[in-house]
Amino acid sequence: MTRRRWTAAPSLLLAALTAGCGALPAALDPAGPQAARVAVLWWWFLGVCAVVYLLVVGALAWAAWRGRRRGARRGSPQSAAPPAWADDPPELSADPARERRLALAVAGAAGATVLILIGLLVGSVITGDALAGARPEAELTIHITGRQWWWEVEYPGEMASERVITANEIHLPVGAIVHLEMTSADVIHSFWVPRLHGKIDLVPGRTTHHWLAAERPGVFTGQCAEFCGHQHAHMGLLVVAEPPERFAAWLAAQRRSAAAPDTAAEARGLEVFLDSSCVLCHAIRGTPAGGRTAPDLTHVASRATLAAGTLANTPGHLGGWILDSQGVKPGNRMPPNALSGEELQALLAYLESLR
Amino acid sequence: MNPPERDEPSGRRAREVVRRDEPHRPAAEERRLLAATWGRRPGLWGWLTSTSHQEIGRRYIVTALVFFVLAGIGALLMRLQLARPENGLLGPDLYNQVFTLHGTTMMFLFAVPVMEGFAIYLVPMMLGTRNVAFPRLNAFGYWLYLLAGSFLWGASLLGIAPDAGWFSYVPLAGPEFSPGKRADVWAQLINLTEISALIVAVEVIVTTFKQRAAGMSLDRIPLYVWSVLVMSFMVVFAMPAVMLSGVFLALDRLVATHFFNPFEGGDALLWQHLFWFFGHPEVYIIFVPALGFVSSIVAAFTRRPVFGYPAMVLALVATGFISFGLWVHHMFTTGLPQLGESFFTAASLLIAVPTGVQIFCWIATLATGRPRFGVPLLFVLGFVATFVLGGLTGVMLASVPLDLQVHDTFFVVAHFHYVLIGGAVFPLFGAIYYWFPKAFGRRLSERLGRWQFGLLLVGFNLTFFPMHQLGFDGMPRRVYTYLPGRGWENLNLLATVGAMVIGLSVLLFAANVMRSLRRGEPAGHDPWAADTLEWALPSPPPVYGPLHLPVVVGRNGLWEPGAGTTFVTGLDPHAREVLVTNFLDADPELRETLPGDSPWPLVSAVVVAATFVGAMFTPWAPVIGSVPLFFALLAWAMPEKEEREEAREQERQRQAGAATP
Repeated sequence: MTRRRWTAAPSLLLAALTAGCGALPAALDPAGPQAARVAVLWWWFLGVCAVVYLLVVGALAWAAWRGRRRGARRGSPQSAAPPAWADDPPELSADPARERRLALAVAGAAGATVLILIGLLVGSVITGDALAGARPEAELTIHITGRQWWWEVEYPGEMASERVITANEIHLPVGAIVHLEMTSADVIHSFWVPRLHGKIDLVPGRTTHHWLAAERPGVFTGQCAEFCGHQHAHMGLLVVAEPPERFAAWLAAQRRSAAAPDTAAEARGLEVFLDSSCVLCHAIRGTPAGGRTAPDLTHVASRATLAAGTLANTPGHLGGWILDSQGVKPGNRMPPNALSGEELQALLAYLESLR
Repeated sequence: MNPPERDEPSGRRAREVVRRDEPHRPAAEERRLLAATWGRRPGLWGWLTSTSHQEIGRRYIVTALVFFVLAGIGALLMRLQLARPENGLLGPDLYNQVFTLHGTTMMFLFAVPVMEGFAIYLVPMMLGTRNVAFPRLNAFGYWLYLLAGSFLWGASLLGIAPDAGWFSYVPLAGPEFSPGKRADVWAQLINLTEISALIVAVEVIVTTFKQRAAGMSLDRIPLYVWSVLVMSFMVVFAMPAVMLSGVFLALDRLVATHFFNPFEGGDALLWQHLFWFFGHPEVYIIFVPALGFVSSIVAAFTRRPVFGYPAMVLALVATGFISFGLWVHHMFTTGLPQLGESFFTAASLLIAVPTGVQIFCWIATLATGRPRFGVPLLFVLGFVATFVLGGLTGVMLASVPLDLQVHDTFFVVAHFHYVLIGGAVFPLFGAIYYWFPKAFGRRLSERLGRWQFGLLLVGFNLTFFPMHQLGFDGMPRRVYTYLPGRGWENLNLLATVGAMVIGLSVLLFAANVMRSLRRGEPAGHDPWAADTLEWALPSPPPVYGPLHLPVVVGRNGLWEPGAGTTFVTGLDPHAREVLVTNFLDADPELRETLPGDSPWPLVSAVVVAATFVGAMFTPWAPVIGSVPLFFALLAWAMPEKEEREEAREQERQRQAGAATP
């Protein structure tokens, strides 16, 4: 199986996900109040800056045209060509009245620049305050830990048993202000879902915070924005905004431990999982597997993508990923696994049952 | 031969300083003596030991342009890789090395050194002196730079190119996440090139403060010299920050200090503060000298002095100051307190004002001058049109909420290429077309130049304008590939096509240089009838610079009535004597003898570079390296007076022989 065939499917998936966006770039097609605030600010900045740009370039063109006419008047009347350089003496003793007018014009332009900048500063600070205003009202807190090259997502519960750990997929109730509490386990990453909000870095040794909300249901793509090594390019995530009742159902399902194997194949798959190197890094709640350095697989089959947004989550992709993850995402931390066909099929059967 | 000096303070003072017992010589004789004194020894030995500012300046420029081409090839490779989604041309490992090499080379080995090279080449000529203040140090700086650049690219050929970005954020570049020697190569390259940058800064500052032509008071310094003076002060204050961070990083990696390790009491953000405290002024270090190019070209090509000299100078100085207050806008997404961020937003917006003032002054100059649209002025017009756009996207990036969206995306890539290519490379090409006739005695082809300008303008905008939209559409920087179906394919392909057009433009430039070196139209000493003092020299200029040191009578150099009629005489042509003048008014103070050519700067540079490379492997390297360095510096500083006395004695005997037939 080639990489190209693998990637065709997620491209269709992503095309379907983004089909509703229309022609606007993601950050200007907001799906939440924070991104909407920033988008409004952007259109103001764009308008003001476009006018300023046209004025400056227009003034430049006007000055060049005017100067050209002055030069032409000085040249010989017979020929359009300018005089030889040595015959074109510099103009040193400028008319003082004209220089005064020029000074006024330059000072006026500088003053206008200052006023425009003050206006932009005020708009920017007001928007910044509005973004910060969401803070006290947060209804849900989610912990996110950046890792090379995936996202660990944790929904803390009141009791340890209520805690949910998943990866690369964040579910939110529509309309709720969500507080993201973030850090990194290795290098600096940056969390960015352009349709919901700007980005915030995940810095090892520090905790950073983000408050955002989704105003309508949908699946929004995000990506790591801070260069974090080999697979920075394939460190994507999905934010799934759902109506509150569906979100509650999702959370309840995620809180359950992994289902016990139903069939012989699934039971054999769990055995393969526990006997191979998988168990060193991955956790499946309800089994002895408790590794924390790789994504929690308790409900892996419920997720839309594999390998941090790189592949659509299908059995074919999962099998290819297990056998040769380095072919898909070179340099990632998962070693290749030499499983027999029978072992792989059993393992896939088990993993696909983890809904 | 020497007209009487005009009766003004600097002239009077000059008569007190100059030697009274120097015999009066015919000009040809004076030229011969000066050439013998200032010329280098023949052959390779002479090339290796030369301390002429012209020679070293040319070497800086040529070396920097070679690195420009190398880094540009890297850029083309990246654009080919990104031309379509999931492309397989460069894997992640190679791509990360290539983009790190591209950024590091462009910033540290091309942009800053090429500006420094121009300063080293032009400043002494514009000031009417014969060499920079510390000629051997100057040679040492160049050799360090050459060795550092060769070291980086040599290491890259061996597969140990740095791969953590030109900014080398920790912990990614730290010992845990970058095992091997790649990050060490980066750290030592930085430390070496920064020494060389500091040396050039010292040369420019001291030469400008103490070796100006008699009468060139502070308010008569050409705008170009003001711009490199401001650049030099920025280097002096900015480079220590990056050297400090570079040394911390090297120590973290070599002897397991934990400056940047958050889990041992260090701090990952400390790196960003130190790096950007240097890194933001760095872009102005590149941009400010380019403003000087623009002022020089605008004055000559509009046939009038640039409007608003005091405003221009104050704007340059203000730019230098404010640029040190902006660094946090590179860190808006790290979760700093909001009030602090607002301060840096205000500072980042503020820097638009002095830059705006300069642009308004140039527009005023164009409007009231008689512009001649030669290739240098075309590049200036292209500079304004592209740079202003980049400046305005910079205003957008200064806003914290907007920055949160576009930070670390292709929008930023577009922004800084607009300010760096628009703000520095356009003026640089203009400057090359402008000063090439001075350096080589032949003009570059205008026709090829127009084509090159047009291709660069079109290719540049094709490449970088679409990137604004890619950024808003969610495409982060520094990705080696992207998944299909996100709507990024077409714009990326367009950018790749544009990059090829830029490549074509640079090829055309190289062809123009090759052609014009041999068959270009002879330029004469002053093809543009320009104002600054270097145009009074023959083209190419003799190694000693001016035959007689000029006395400056006004701000507009050669354009002033009476310019070129008054000279300082009496410097000893048997010694490398220069005139030292005072800081404010450039009244002559004394004669200073500069040291002669020497192999020891080269030897010292080799020892220092070897020590730095050795420090990648063992902490003992500085201890071992300091021993040969001590002896090399000792030999460097050895006096050489006897040689000069000997030459003078021979000359006296020769003259005595000629007088008695």
